[in-house]
Amino acid sequence: MKSADDIFEILKKEFGDSILGIDKETPTEPIISVDPLQVYKVSKFLRENSDLQFDSLMCLSGVDDANGNKTNNADGDEIIEGGTFSVYYNLHSVSLKHKITIKVSTSRSEPKVESVENIWKSANWHEREAFDLLGIFFLNHPDLRRILMPYDWDEYTTEVSRHPLRKDYKNPEFYQGMKVPY
Amino acid sequence: MALKTEHMVLNMGPQHPSTHGVLRLELEIEGELVRKVTPHLGYLHRCFEKHAEAMQYNQVVPYTDRLDYLASISNNLGYALAVEKLMGIEVPERVEYIRVIMSELQRIASHLVAIGSNGADIGALTPFLYLFRDREHILSIIEETCGARMLYNYIWVGGLSHDIHPDFVRKTKEFCNYFKPTIVELDNLLSYNKIFIERTANIGVLPVDTAINFGASGPTLRGSGIKFDLRRDDPYSIYDRFDFEIPVGKGLMGTVGDCWDRYYVRIREMEQSLRIIEQAIDHIPDGDVQSAIPKRIKPPKGTVYKRVENPRGELGYFIVSDGSVNPFRVKVRAPSFVNLEVLGELCKGYLVADIIAILGSIDIVLGEVDR
Amino acid sequence: MGLLDKEFSDGNIVIAKVDDLFNWARLSSVWQLGFGLACCAIEMMATSMSHYDFDRFGVIPRNTPRQADAIIISGTVTLKMALRIKRLYEQMPEPKYIISMGSCANCGGPYWEHGYHVLKGIDRVIPVDVYVPGCPPRPEALLEGLLKLQEKIRNESLRKKSA
Repeated sequence: MKSADDIFEILKKEFGDSILGIDKETPTEPIISVDPLQVYKVSKFLRENSDLQFDSLMCLSGVDDANGNKTNNADGDEIIEGGTFSVYYNLHSVSLKHKITIKVSTSRSEPKVESVENIWKSANWHEREAFDLLGIFFLNHPDLRRILMPYDWDEYTTEVSRHPLRKDYKNPEFYQGMKVPY
Repeated sequence: MALKTEHMVLNMGPQHPSTHGVLRLELEIEGELVRKVTPHLGYLHRCFEKHAEAMQYNQVVPYTDRLDYLASISNNLGYALAVEKLMGIEVPERVEYIRVIMSELQRIASHLVAIGSNGADIGALTPFLYLFRDREHILSIIEETCGARMLYNYIWVGGLSHDIHPDFVRKTKEFCNYFKPTIVELDNLLSYNKIFIERTANIGVLPVDTAINFGASGPTLRGSGIKFDLRRDDPYSIYDRFDFEIPVGKGLMGTVGDCWDRYYVRIREMEQSLRIIEQAIDHIPDGDVQSAIPKRIKPPKGTVYKRVENPRGELGYFIVSDGSVNPFRVKVRAPSFVNLEVLGELCKGYLVADIIAILGSIDIVLGEVDR
Repeated sequence: MGLLDKEFSDGNIVIAKVDDLFNWARLSSVWQLGFGLACCAIEMMATSMSHYDFDRFGVIPRNTPRQADAIIISGTVTLKMALRIKRLYEQMPEPKYIISMGSCANCGGPYWEHGYHVLKGIDRVIPVDVYVPGCPPRPEALLEGLLKLQEKIRNESLRKKSA
């Protein structure tokens, strides 16, 4: 069993600059920040290192940080420009019984994160969900399609109504002839 | 000249009596053998996460009811615990006891539907009728306290919506005494039924390492023989005070981790739930169940991930708070969502009719899969 | 019922209008499409199981739309599902009846405001005969809805369908 500080030290020693820092200000567990394009390597290490053995990914959540500038686009809709999306990985080791939260942040204009589907199979649908609802691209994902929304959602929507969990999402007026707002 | 052959694609659902709701499966079959299963979700995507962002913390509770509508109290509990952890609220003893008893009652009710529909899917309709009769007993006990039959909105952040009904303790004890012989009856009716065993034993075998890698939890994981239960391994509320066992699949009728094992784990779990209820029911302390409910729920900035053992597995709430009265982001790690993913692995090489048995043994609730 | 009142005294012969006969037959065996959507589906199942026994009103689930008389929309209809429901409805033979069960099917229910993927009322896609309110409606409420539907069928005429 290792504390978050120990895990951070181990990771820092192994990966250096790919590990961006540790946030201990949160009221619950500390969060380790990782480079979004290095997260595959780090995850593989977390899973395979004999001191860590994080064999289960409890949860993978995409979050719209909404920390960019609010501007209006050509149609007069308020949109957010700049800022970041984040993905949180909640890991747990069944054998060693320790937990850790990993966070990666990627830019809003080109949200790209490495997929960890290869390491934990349970990431597959979680990543598809984050792609569907937030539009985060997971590089090297084998099957990055929409999962909850209809496959043809893009055909009936505009830029602001593509990914519903974004903070600047606007409902489209119609989908396949059905009125969407109340 | 050899004939050209190709796999046939068979569509199952979203209107299908055995897919437990509106799940659509795309099967690639070679004769009767299934080569590939592609689940298509989202037919019940009710935008829970968007609603949670627009509501205040206490207003989210009724929506959590509607995630896993067979076990709403367990859903309430997970959400309440997550927000309480974020805010650092200690709830009174009385609340803890009532929460545990209620969620164990709910676990039994949920397993009754799971077992019943598993049987009904593969042709045994009689147990379904018996089990719904028993479920009505639990529903009426909970209804007296909460006022609803299915979606209770009972466990609030920091407390409960109502104190228990004066008859609650007596009726729960009566139910425990009534239900114990019923489990034996159920064993004779379904568990050791020759036809049922033929349909489920050695079908859909889930190996241990696959189960962990796919993140399976709950009876799906325990059916493969791992003693992993969050009530014991990551104790929350007051579960560490009670003495109970964790039933696991042993391969009594076939291979470890087959459909029958997953089914049987649920039966034995109901017995353990009764044990917990019996230990708790006589020791409910006095007190006010609403004393710890905060006037204004405004957690500090930060994130929290809290998980509880739902009847279907590990239910996790990941909440991001920005310090305002609305949650910034609520992500639900729904047990059915993760367990369903393993279906593609489980079904390879079995017959089309076995898909029904396998799906029933995983026991999904679409409200939770699609949220 | 009215049908058996006009029985001749020596038995075995009943005189009735064709309308009455058809309506009586239709309302006494409303075969519903075995089809659940969400939370309400569990209450629908509870209604057809031992405690409430839907069978006594002649309601039996049929799993194919081509042999069903009624469809109970039991739960939230999403945009993705609405198209499938429409197709199921079109496959059913006339006469066909629809019970909209629960607030979600009636008007979007608790998801009316932010439900970007929820259809706000099934009546935007297919015509509804009886609305049953509740979230979810109790089995008694669904039974009442069925009785209302039967009343509606009883007053139908062959020339003009009331629903």
